Amino acid sequence: MSAADGGYNFAYLDEQTKRMVRRALLKAVAVPGCQIPFASREMPLPYGWGTGGIQVTAAVIGREDCLKVIDQGADDTTNAVSIRRFFARTAGVATTERTDEASIIQTRHRIPETPLTAAQTLVYQVPIPEPLRRVEPSERETRRMHALADYGAMRVLLYEQIARRGRVTQSYNYPVMVNGRHLMSPSPIPRFDNPKLHRSPALQLFGAGRERRVYAVPPYTDVVPLDFEDYPFTVESWERPCELCGAADSYLDEIVTDDAGTRLFACSDTDYCARRRAGEPREVQA
Amino acid sequence: MYVPVKGGEKAIDNAHCWLADNRRGDRDVPELGLDQVREQLGRAVDRVMAEGSLYDRELAALAIKQAQGDMIEAVFLLRAYRTTLPRLAASVPLDTAAMRVHRRVSAIYKDVPGGQLLGPTYDYTHRLLDFRLAAGEPPPPAPEADADPDAPLPGVSELLRSEGLVEDEAPADDEPVGDLTEEPLAFPASRDCRLQALARGDEGFLLAMGYSTQRGYGNNHPFAGEIRTGSVSIVIEPAELGFPLDIGELTVTECQMVNQFAGSAEAPPQFTRGYGLVFGHGERKAMAMALVDRALRADELGEPVSAPAQEQEFVLQHADNVQATGFVEHLKLPHYVDFQAELDTLRRLRAAYADAGDEEAS
Repeated sequence: MSAADGGYNFAYLDEQTKRMVRRALLKAVAVPGCQIPFASREMPLPYGWGTGGIQVTAAVIGREDCLKVIDQGADDTTNAVSIRRFFARTAGVATTERTDEASIIQTRHRIPETPLTAAQTLVYQVPIPEPLRRVEPSERETRRMHALADYGAMRVLLYEQIARRGRVTQSYNYPVMVNGRHLMSPSPIPRFDNPKLHRSPALQLFGAGRERRVYAVPPYTDVVPLDFEDYPFTVESWERPCELCGAADSYLDEIVTDDAGTRLFACSDTDYCARRRAGEPREVQA
Repeated sequence: MYVPVKGGEKAIDNAHCWLADNRRGDRDVPELGLDQVREQLGRAVDRVMAEGSLYDRELAALAIKQAQGDMIEAVFLLRAYRTTLPRLAASVPLDTAAMRVHRRVSAIYKDVPGGQLLGPTYDYTHRLLDFRLAAGEPPPPAPEADADPDAPLPGVSELLRSEGLVEDEAPADDEPVGDLTEEPLAFPASRDCRLQALARGDEGFLLAMGYSTQRGYGNNHPFAGEIRTGSVSIVIEPAELGFPLDIGELTVTECQMVNQFAGSAEAPPQFTRGYGLVFGHGERKAMAMALVDRALRADELGEPVSAPAQEQEFVLQHADNVQATGFVEHLKLPHYVDFQAELDTLRRLRAAYADAGDEEAS
């Protein structure tokens, strides 16, 4: 299915379409956190499975790039394998499972534990780009609210959670303010990953195919979770480290190991976990 | 030219003759056998059985052939046949935990006892037209599984339940289960009747309704706790015998959705469930059904009813595609008489309007 087996353009999309996506991305980078409409195409995988991320990746990938794809932090889950194989076939690019080797990382639901660098681009697959959707179902209305920076309803939602439950119960997709102006959905990453969005040296691109929106966080941009002075933003924590590599600083998956309900807690970031087990030092780059 | 309004009988006969010819298509092409439909259009057969509420692969194949692949027409044919059948017995509830599983995936745990079983699925196929199929190339033989297909797999929601994290399903009671094919739907409808209506409901309609709940109309973000497809035994327990009899098996798809916690003065915060079950291999329908089932529980769980998918009457009155298509298409029937009455009224109104205008002008 690559150019070699006939018929398809480099990275699947035709050049006109890629140019259209790139224009939308440029606008998105220029106005951090603002959702930019784009003419999303039908892709050969279902809407909601990463069509936005795939179109963004296809628009920015070049022959020299090295692509990593993760789903829930893991390189070996079915959807990640499927998308990585798609680009290996249609673009013939190198792929990797190692965070530090990748120039483009397409992700669903996680930001890698290994810190990213200025040479890397993180592409998010986004199901619901509109952070206000859960307080306002109408697109027309939410566009107006963004234009006026009218984010009171979102604050009320968080306030109501505190009033009812004594805490913010938003456990993932925790809304953030970008560059002090736009309220943004960080995509369904756990709260745990929100701090990694802030002032990241990597370019972060978000693609929502079904909802036909892209948005971006340029490098070193402020990304601040919405919270209250007396109820500051907190992240998930575990009482134990990863049972495979001993990491105490990573997001853990709960794995049921038998019918009796025995659980194992292990890093969701499979590359991070594997490299720690192999005894490799954690990459720390400026 | 005078347009005749009588003589429909001959026209109907001719139309049906033409239809039969049209259905047969080019007579140089071999005729489609029911076995081909049954074996090679399996998902169509499953859908027609599910919405037709009759589990019979052969009859569903016939309906699909007869309807030229028009799925709602095929459902209609099966439903109409179904009403002529005597009701011999009611089975005991299916034990889906004892299912011989072909496919089972959970989206909430990375691994579960028994493992994730992808089974035969379109998931992860790249949607590229396969021209080898057009060329009639036979598929390679499927690899054999190591796992024992008969080993029962514990339900994933049971794992949550044992920790008290998900609500218990309502305990079995002695109330007979409602049956919409025997009694009219009454509102508010009980959950058993709602589930039956959804199981018979149109896949496209339920899909759109379920989708709307995900997009923000009655937001209730769910997790697919488990989707499983496989064969289950049908057991009846005739009163005169006093012991259960296994009378055969059928393929079903079951979906347990796990939804974000409710919680009230009486109940601690916990996950709640939405449930879907359909005949055959029908994940899209089972998942949509589970989403809508959960949305329809808004009242019971003390949630505001603000979106279409949460409105019992709206959903249940419009989910049935046989009812819906009949009423929409009845507009093709003659309406000469009522239209004549409308014409008369409209002409009088216009005359009065013109008179009023004349008076103002004078």
